[in-house]
Amino acid sequence: MEIIVCIKQVPDTTEVKIDPVKGTLIREGVPSIVNPFDKNALEAALQIREQKGGKVTVLTMGPPQAVDALRECLAMGADEAVLLSDRAFAGADSWATSYTLAKAIEKVGKPELIFCGKQAIDGDTAQVGPGIAEHLGLPQATYVQKIREVQSEQLLVERAIEGGYEVITVPLPAMIAVEKSINEPRFPTMMGTMKAHKKTIPTWSAADIGAEADKIGLDGSCTQVKRVFAPERKGQGEMLTGETENEVCLLLLEKLQGAKIV
Amino acid sequence: MTELIKGGSFLISQTEPEQVYTPEDFNDFHKMVSDTVASFIKEKVLPVTDSIEKMEDGVTVGLLRQMGELGFVGSDIPEKFGGAEADKITSLIIAEQVSRGGSFSVAFGAHTGIGTLPILFFGNEEQKKRYLPGLASGQKVAAYALTEAEAGSDAMNAKTRAVLSEDGKHYILNGSKQFITNASWADVIVTYAKVDGQHFTAFIVDRDAPGVSIGAEEHKMGIKGSSTCSVIFEDAKVPVENLLGQLGKGHQVAFNILNIGRYKLGVGCSGAAKYALELASRYAQERIQFNLPLAKFGLIKSKIADMNIRTYVTESICYRTGGLINSLVENLDMDAEDAGQKVAEGIQEYATECSIVKIVGSETLDFVADEAVQIHGGYGYSQEYAVERIYRDSRINRIFEGTNEINRLIIPATLLKKAQKGEIPLIQAALKLQEELLMPTMQEESDELLGKEVQAIENFKKIFLLISGTAAQKYGEKLIKEQEILGRMADMVDEIFSAETAMLRAKKIAAAKGEDAAALAVKMTVCYVNELVPKFEAWAKEVVAAMEEGDTRRTLFSILRKLTRYEQENVFALKREIADAVLKGNKYTVTV
Repeated sequence: MEIIVCIKQVPDTTEVKIDPVKGTLIREGVPSIVNPFDKNALEAALQIREQKGGKVTVLTMGPPQAVDALRECLAMGADEAVLLSDRAFAGADSWATSYTLAKAIEKVGKPELIFCGKQAIDGDTAQVGPGIAEHLGLPQATYVQKIREVQSEQLLVERAIEGGYEVITVPLPAMIAVEKSINEPRFPTMMGTMKAHKKTIPTWSAADIGAEADKIGLDGSCTQVKRVFAPERKGQGEMLTGETENEVCLLLLEKLQGAKIV
Repeated sequence: MTELIKGGSFLISQTEPEQVYTPEDFNDFHKMVSDTVASFIKEKVLPVTDSIEKMEDGVTVGLLRQMGELGFVGSDIPEKFGGAEADKITSLIIAEQVSRGGSFSVAFGAHTGIGTLPILFFGNEEQKKRYLPGLASGQKVAAYALTEAEAGSDAMNAKTRAVLSEDGKHYILNGSKQFITNASWADVIVTYAKVDGQHFTAFIVDRDAPGVSIGAEEHKMGIKGSSTCSVIFEDAKVPVENLLGQLGKGHQVAFNILNIGRYKLGVGCSGAAKYALELASRYAQERIQFNLPLAKFGLIKSKIADMNIRTYVTESICYRTGGLINSLVENLDMDAEDAGQKVAEGIQEYATECSIVKIVGSETLDFVADEAVQIHGGYGYSQEYAVERIYRDSRINRIFEGTNEINRLIIPATLLKKAQKGEIPLIQAALKLQEELLMPTMQEESDELLGKEVQAIENFKKIFLLISGTAAQKYGEKLIKEQEILGRMADMVDEIFSAETAMLRAKKIAAAKGEDAAALAVKMTVCYVNELVPKFEAWAKEVVAAMEEGDTRRTLFSILRKLTRYEQENVFALKREIADAVLKGNKYTVTV
């Protein structure tokens, strides 16, 4: 089975600090990692390959240093990796990004499955996966928490919904965006790392994938970021204490009545 | 074939920055391995620290197997025996990252190092085929049993005996070994016994061989999650084909393996020190007293800076030594049947460096762990905080793999032996120095980077030559009995290697990435040398006072005064800057 996994290199948000004055993220010195949900996507792809055979290709759009993220994926077991890097891609929103990735997927071939993480931990839009499916005219299943069965024509998956999950069949080829709970991504192995280190990773430009200039990067973006800010702090919370639960409840009622809420 | 640098030669010759391997030379592969092992420890080992410390069944061995399956246990082992056959830098990097795992790292280190390497280096083809694949994958766990109740530092005093069975098929071992790491879960034990009561010989013993039993767990101060028991041989039947190396040549195996154990222990200390520094840095920024985070106070900053500086020095000497050993291995034909033995013997060339790394590493970690507890205040004394465990775990490092005292004796003994054999021209250098010291000299001001420190280090070398030359002349063969003098000589050698490596690394960074990138490394070197100068003078004077009297003593004192002239720097200011760099990233920092 031909599988493509789209990944993103993101700042490790557990290490990010907020500038107390400007309220913006301090990117300096923050390590870059493979978006954690994308690792789940890769793990899902690798498991299917182990079952059914085939090839897993990892794709990312980003600056030249994003090649490190691709190498990590190769070390985990991906067969091929392609970097989409071009100044013209810069400033892309989720629309332009998904167009670019879709064009690259067309160049790779005709995959039966495209895997994405449900969202990236930096932008948190969860739009790129669905966008790719739309651009390619493929069916999609988002928030997939389990792959129940892989058949030759379709996939039977569990899709997380509020308060539970639904079981759906997705005809192939399709785009699948996965939840964290779907699996536990494997660690790269020593031999995998050695192979990944030696592997040549091609870089494709806008011209290489035949992308139209007005559909990529900042020019191809339908949305623009006007301002980034940290929400203002609201007032401090208040802890109510008392001897018994009843006492605390009454205290709370008093407060709420005092504030004319009840 | 590149020319190899002689072990110990740093004392008398000048080393150029580009000759020294540094962590800045790691390639992408090294960095990836480092990141993967770091994540493994963070995600798989640290969350189960409590289970490890309580020695819950199968936890440590299970983790060892997982690391084996990923290929990180067999880094040193050739591919044909199921290993990854990576370079020696890689196995150092792995050891350094694993060291954050506390007790787990002790099990890992004993298995991959002293447990497995004797078979890798001294085993014959058959033994390698039989044991290495299992050890590489972590399916089998190895232990190394050298110490006995009455043979600790004095390892050759072993009482364990071996005699050949009547049918000539087995050696029958009797005796017991003490403080054996991994004993309770080991499948394979490398041990030593005197054949017929006299020929000290190495053996590979299968745990399930008849007559082998394991004693109770020791109740230890630290590394509580590691297994430490006695191993008892009562008419233990060991097949003759399990004799390791040559009959009567067990000391070759034992001592060569210890050299590797020592430098790996050093790098483990470097990793654990980095972890303690991270914890201390985070805590110092979270804990508020007098309305300020601790990190804003000068005395706390000074501690953070000292921790970073000493870790920098330790890390630098570990990888410099790793680089020496790596070049050695790269120059050998690793497919030759005796390749392993050549490696082990080659490493003997760097016995001095290995001992230095062991001493400096373990003493750095003790210092850093102690200060990390201190920064945590009362909370550091509570088991709620990881620094409490790091502090207890640290202490053993000055004891095992040869106590630091034994290692301090090894250093001058090895150097004097090398000098006598003419391997390094120590004596010639000492004579030349005597002539030089009689001539009036003018020290020129140098405006090169770290010029003052370069000069100070040159003078440290002169002091060492002066002291050791005088001692050798005075005591001759009997110098070996003057342990206090030997100890000070070792201190000097340790610090020359340390200070010089810190300086060379700073210069190497400056040459590759510019002086801005090297600024922190330069400051650390300045601080280190600055504090070393008066120590060096005091040590040398102690030795002189012990050896000489009257005019000779006074003359030597005045030479020492001249050689330790160094204009003091404002280290308080430098240390604040160093601490700020650490605090900014909440981690050990060399380049910013």
